[in-house]
Amino acid sequence: MAEILAPAQPSFVQEKILLGMRPREYVRNLVTPFNVAAAAILAVGLPLLVLRFWKGLGATTHLSQSTPWGIWIGFDMMTGIVLAAGGFTIGAAVQIFGLKRYHAIERPAILTAFLGYVMAVCGLLADLGRPWNIIQALFHYGTASVLFEVAWCVMCYSTVLALEFTLPFLEWLGWDRWVVPLRKALIALTVLSVVFSTMHQSALGSLFLIMPTRLHPLWYSSTIYVLFFVSAVIAGICMVIVESSLSHRIFGDKSGGHHVDVDELTLGLGKAGAMVTFAYFFLKLQGVVDGHAWHHLATGWGAWFGVEVLGFVLLPCLLFAYGARERKVRAVRIGAVLGVLGIVLNRLNVSVIALNWQSTNRYVPSWMEVVISLTLVTIGLLLFRWIVNRMPILQASEAAEGSRP
Amino acid sequence: MRIGRRELLQVAAATAATAAVGGAARAAETGPVPQDGAGMLVDTTLCVGCRACEAACAEANQLPDPPGDEVLATRRDTSETAFTVVNRTEKAPGIARYAKKQCMHCVAPACASACPVRAMNKLPGGPVVYDAERCMGCRYCMLACPFDVPKYEYGSNAPRVRKCSFCAARQAAGEKPACAEVCPSGALTFGRRTELLEIAKTRIYTNPDRYLHHVYGETEAGGTSWLYLTDVEPELLALKGGVPGKAYPELVSGALAAPPLVMTLWPPLLMGLYAFARRRGEGEGEAASRKEESHG
Repeated sequence: MAEILAPAQPSFVQEKILLGMRPREYVRNLVTPFNVAAAAILAVGLPLLVLRFWKGLGATTHLSQSTPWGIWIGFDMMTGIVLAAGGFTIGAAVQIFGLKRYHAIERPAILTAFLGYVMAVCGLLADLGRPWNIIQALFHYGTASVLFEVAWCVMCYSTVLALEFTLPFLEWLGWDRWVVPLRKALIALTVLSVVFSTMHQSALGSLFLIMPTRLHPLWYSSTIYVLFFVSAVIAGICMVIVESSLSHRIFGDKSGGHHVDVDELTLGLGKAGAMVTFAYFFLKLQGVVDGHAWHHLATGWGAWFGVEVLGFVLLPCLLFAYGARERKVRAVRIGAVLGVLGIVLNRLNVSVIALNWQSTNRYVPSWMEVVISLTLVTIGLLLFRWIVNRMPILQASEAAEGSRP
Repeated sequence: MRIGRRELLQVAAATAATAAVGGAARAAETGPVPQDGAGMLVDTTLCVGCRACEAACAEANQLPDPPGDEVLATRRDTSETAFTVVNRTEKAPGIARYAKKQCMHCVAPACASACPVRAMNKLPGGPVVYDAERCMGCRYCMLACPFDVPKYEYGSNAPRVRKCSFCAARQAAGEKPACAEVCPSGALTFGRRTELLEIAKTRIYTNPDRYLHHVYGETEAGGTSWLYLTDVEPELLALKGGVPGKAYPELVSGALAAPPLVMTLWPPLLMGLYAFARRRGEGEGEAASRKEESHG
C-alpha cells in the first residue's frame, strides 16, 4: 500500500475513512439531528448492555419463569432475521433467475441482510444466559433440536453474507486481484444463501412446533415452517421496496452517473409482492382450518388475528395488486410499509404475544429491554450509512455494470 | 450455452459443502429411549401432605429450607430454589388430597430434544439431567417442556436451568431418590417404570371405585417416568392438564427431515435454473452476460 500513497495525494485515512475531508471538517459534518439522536440512544443503551452482563437478566428484563423469551428474541432475533430476507430474495432474482434489472438493488439488500444478521446475533448474545458457551454448538450436536438447525444456519449464512459483502469491501480498498475470483464465486454464494435461508427462515417457524399447548391455536400450525418461509420472501420483497426508495432518497447522490429507475423496480417488486402475499393470505387461512381453530376467531385473540391477517396481509396484497396494475408507485410503497409491519407483527405474535396465551402472567418488556433493542437497531443504521457513504453499494461498479442489460 | 465443466464443478462444490454440514448433523442421532428406566409411582390417595419429600429434596440438592405448612393454602409451582412442591386440594369438604410436583422425567423428553448443545440429556437409567458447563442459556428447554418444569436463575449473571434430577447421582450409587427415601406414607414407590405401571393398573382394577381410571404419565407427552394415581382430576392437584399424548420430539421430526433434502436438492435445482436463465438471456440476444463472462 505504502508506495501507492505518494505524499502529495490525500492519505488513505483521509480519502477512504473521512470521505476526503480534513479531520476537523469531518467532525463538524457529523453534528446532525440524526446523529445527535443516535448518540443519545447509544449513551443510554451501551451502559445498559454492560449492566445486563454484570447484573444478569433478572435485573434488566421482565423475563420470567413463564416467559423465558422476550423482545430480544421476538424482535431482535425473529424480526431482524426475517427482515434480512431481502438479501437472498433479490440475490436469487438477479443471480439465478437472471432478472438483471434488479441488479441495482442487490448490494443494498445484501448489506441490509448482513447487518441484520450481525445485529440479530448481538441481540442473541445479550439474551443468552451463558453467552460464552455459544461455541458449544460447534462441539455438541443436538440434532433433534430445531434450534440446532437454526444455530448452524445462522453461522453458515452469516459467513456467506460476509463473503458476499467482501466484494464491495475489496472494491472499496481497490484490491482488484481478489475482486475477480470473488465475483466469479458470487453465483455459488447466492445458491448457498438460498439454501441456508430456506432452511433457516422456515426453521425459525419450526421452533414453535414443540409448543402445541403454549402457542395460540390461531398461530400454531403443523406447517408453520411453510408460513415462515413464505412470509420471509414477503418481508424480503417489502424491505427491498422500502429500502430502495429510502436510500435513493437519502443517498441519491451516491447512485453515481447511472440513473436507476427506482419507480420501475418498485412496480415490478409490487407485482411479485401481490402474488406472494396472496398465497400467504390463503396459507394463513389454511392454518386456521388445519388447527380446527375457527371458534377462536370469535374471541379477542381472533380479533387480533384478524388485525394481522386482514390489515397487514390482505391490505398490502390489495395495495400491491392495485399499484402494480394501475402503475401507482405510492400504493406499492404504502403496501410495502404495511407488509414489513405485518411481518414484524406476525413474528412478535408468534414468539411473544400469543405465546403462553393462557398464562395469567403477561409479559411486558422493561424499558431497558426496549432501549437495548433500539440501541442495536441504531448501531445497524449507523453502520449501514457509514458503509454506504464509502463503499460501492448503491452505485454499481464499472465491471459489475457489464452484467446489466 | 451448455453446462460446462466449471459450472458442474460449482454445483459439485456447493453440494459437497452443504452435504458436509448434513453429515455432521447426522453424526449424533439419538437412539431409541428405553421405556424401562427408573420410575416413580405417586399414589396421591396415600399422601398425607407431610412435605418430608420437600425437605429431603432441599437437603439433597443444597437448596433453601422449604417454607412452613401455611403455603399449602396457595397453589405453588416449582422454582429455581425448590425442585419439588406439594399442593393441596379437597376431594370433599374436609377430605384433603395432596400431590407433589417435580420434573416428570419424560420417556422422550421435549427439553432434551430441544437443547441445541445437549446440555439436557435423558440418561439410559431414566433421569433427565442438566449440564450447566455446556448450557448456553437459550431457555428453549423451558418453552419446550409441556409441564413447565425447567426454571431459570434470572438473578445470576451465570444463570443455570434448575430442576429435579431424579437424584441421578444417588440412583447411580444404588440409592433411592431422596424424596422416596423419606416418604412415610407409602405414597411414593420407586422402581422400574414398566413394573410401576402394572402396579398402578392393578390398584385401579382391584379398587375400581377408589381411583380415576387413568394413570397420569402413562401417555402424557408420550409417557413419563413419574406416574400418578389420583381420585380427583389431576388439574386440581396442580398437575398440568391437556398435555398431548404424543412424544414431543416427534412434533418436530418431520420438519427436521427437510434440511438434508434442501441441502442436496436445492443447489442442483438452482444451478439448473441459473443455466436456463442464462441460456434464455442469450437467446434474446443479450450479449451482456457473455461480456461479463469474458471480463470475469
